[in-house]
Amino acid sequence: MAEEPQWTRVLAPRRSLLSLPLAEMWAYRDLLLLLVRRDFVAMYTQTILGPLWFVIQPILTMIVFTVVFGNIAGISTDGVPGPVFYLAGLTCWTYFADSLTKTSETFTLNASIFGKVYFPRAIMPLSIVVSNMIKFGVQFVLFLVFAGYFWFSGAKVAPNLVALTLPFLVLLLAMLSLGAGMIVSSLTTKYRDLRFLLTFAVQLFMYATPVIYPASAVPEKYRILIQINPLSPIIETFRYGFLGQGNHSWFGLLYSLGVAVVLMIVALVIFNQVENDFMDTV
Amino acid sequence: MPDLALKLDKVSKMYRLGQVGTGTLAHDINRALARIRGKEDPFAQVGLVNDREEAGGDYVWALEDINFEVTQGEIVGIIGRNGAGKSTLLKLLSRVTAPTKGKIFINGRIASLLEVGTGFHPDLTGRENIYLNGAILGMTRKEITARFDEIVAFSGCAKYIDTPVKRYSSGMYVRLAFAVAAHLETDILIVDEVLAVGDAEFQSKCLGKMQDISRNSHRTVLFVSHNMAAVKRLCPRSILMDRGRVVMEGRTPEVIERYLSSGGEADRVLRWPKGEAPGNAELVLESIEVLDAAGRFDTALSTADPIDIKVSYQVLSDLRNLRISVTASSTDAVEVFSTSDYFFQDKSHIRKPGRYESVCRLPAKFLNTGRYSLEIAVEVPMERELFKPQIMAFDVGELGHNQMGPINAAKPAGVLHPELEWKVRRTRALQDSAA
Repeated sequence: MAEEPQWTRVLAPRRSLLSLPLAEMWAYRDLLLLLVRRDFVAMYTQTILGPLWFVIQPILTMIVFTVVFGNIAGISTDGVPGPVFYLAGLTCWTYFADSLTKTSETFTLNASIFGKVYFPRAIMPLSIVVSNMIKFGVQFVLFLVFAGYFWFSGAKVAPNLVALTLPFLVLLLAMLSLGAGMIVSSLTTKYRDLRFLLTFAVQLFMYATPVIYPASAVPEKYRILIQINPLSPIIETFRYGFLGQGNHSWFGLLYSLGVAVVLMIVALVIFNQVENDFMDTV
Repeated sequence: MPDLALKLDKVSKMYRLGQVGTGTLAHDINRALARIRGKEDPFAQVGLVNDREEAGGDYVWALEDINFEVTQGEIVGIIGRNGAGKSTLLKLLSRVTAPTKGKIFINGRIASLLEVGTGFHPDLTGRENIYLNGAILGMTRKEITARFDEIVAFSGCAKYIDTPVKRYSSGMYVRLAFAVAAHLETDILIVDEVLAVGDAEFQSKCLGKMQDISRNSHRTVLFVSHNMAAVKRLCPRSILMDRGRVVMEGRTPEVIERYLSSGGEADRVLRWPKGEAPGNAELVLESIEVLDAAGRFDTALSTADPIDIKVSYQVLSDLRNLRISVTASSTDAVEVFSTSDYFFQDKSHIRKPGRYESVCRLPAKFLNTGRYSLEIAVEVPMERELFKPQIMAFDVGELGHNQMGPINAAKPAGVLHPELEWKVRRTRALQDSAA
């Protein structure tokens, strides 16, 4: 019997459920950064305003929300000035929604690259979540500018120590959107219907999340819907920390964390199975 | 025993034909049930041989029971007709998709070049694209920085390195892309036809670089090409594939000989099922035929008569400087001649949309008997190739013209047997016979 050489890699029809290529992903970390950079350069070349679009979008949406939901519909904002209330919800929501929709297209949009060369596929959705994080950063600064104005102009808003949970909140949003996006992208390789469903679902989901209304304004019989939504505690905590108003509960955050962890694990397992041979079906 | 770099153990790959849509969910559920009960994949048993001309069946084996080994530092050529399964094999090796059955064992870092310039972004500069493309191919930023100058020098694009690549000519684009790939530092390199890009000078530069890579750095290279001359030059050993199987494995000259001499008369006509013809948005091939003087393809060709090589195609949008070229080779991979329609188009050099035929007439009394293989390339010279060259072969069966007179061998010596003019005259009479 010849001595079996030490193989560095074995390609087989099926991967075991949990053989996640984490070491390999680490080896490709430079690619992650370069992809993030590419996203930025590509998005704003040949636009006049460039990265200003990062702030124009939320400002316009904020104005519309203030007029429609605040002034016309008269939905409560918990005593917080409308603009800054909506902007708080929007900043968090946009990060989640953008990351989710973009990551859910991972396989279909990158089929031409994935068909020619191998790298850990999870790098792609990860790079999307990271580049959106930078966008979130810019929009968060915009929010601070507005919040700061109201802090010092004597409105009934003030930041407190809970604001320090911000990095944790962002991480939760990232995990939730990445997890859901990876699951959807894995399934869309075969069943494209999900793509249409997702755009629609994301729109509707915003109304089940306390973005344009505070959780406290929800009638008792619907409150359960808000409570099972893992995004609610994140947005409420964000508002409470920076504006001093909202239903902040540590238990709620713990629940969100639980959902995020489970979602990530499920997503990694499915994604890992799909990336093996998705090129045959996409 | 030298170490193995690569080992394939009973590797098979099945593809589902037709549109994925209705029925796939049912199939998937069936399959999942079978797996739970511990049975074989019910659809994996259908097993049709990979034969694109034969329609029918939902599944097809693109690769069947492939076994071979490659030792470290070896350069192996993989050859075979279009549709033999070469590309599928490369996809498996480069981890783009997984085998349906069997296992592939790899020793060392592997990188594949199924295409040059994967992931190039038009808005990024040459410099940024070198980094991005390098990272996609598996290099770290540090490795790229270390070889950056070398890459730029090899590409010859130093002047434009900070210009977005969308402003590059397609030649520059390809050169830059190949330069990145050529400087990859991996143990195993898989190359698919990338040499078919760029102009002749750059091609030979690439070929030299490949030789360098394997000789000096002791890396393993798997090289797939239709260019027999290149395979012969680069690879001591080759693998011949046909219809998803390995047909022959051995020393390159013998494998090439077998490849070029296999296949029958049917090879004189190349047609494609609907939707599978080679082409792009600008041009689609319809057929390539090798015909006798009367326009027939089912007769034996004779050395005494002219032979027509007819390429039929549809031009879909205005094409300037299009060139259809033919390179003929003998069975031992010696390129015998090449020719093109370049100087036979109207002055504008523009082909407007429509159906076209480019017919090349090989004069009577020119070829010898024997088998010739043709490589038909469709390109805009110095700029881009529209798609991969097509390969076909034909036999000249009848020795209708023999300038040697009585011979011992079955045919006159030589790849060609052209009718050349001789002059025989007496220049001077000998003294005594004049008397």
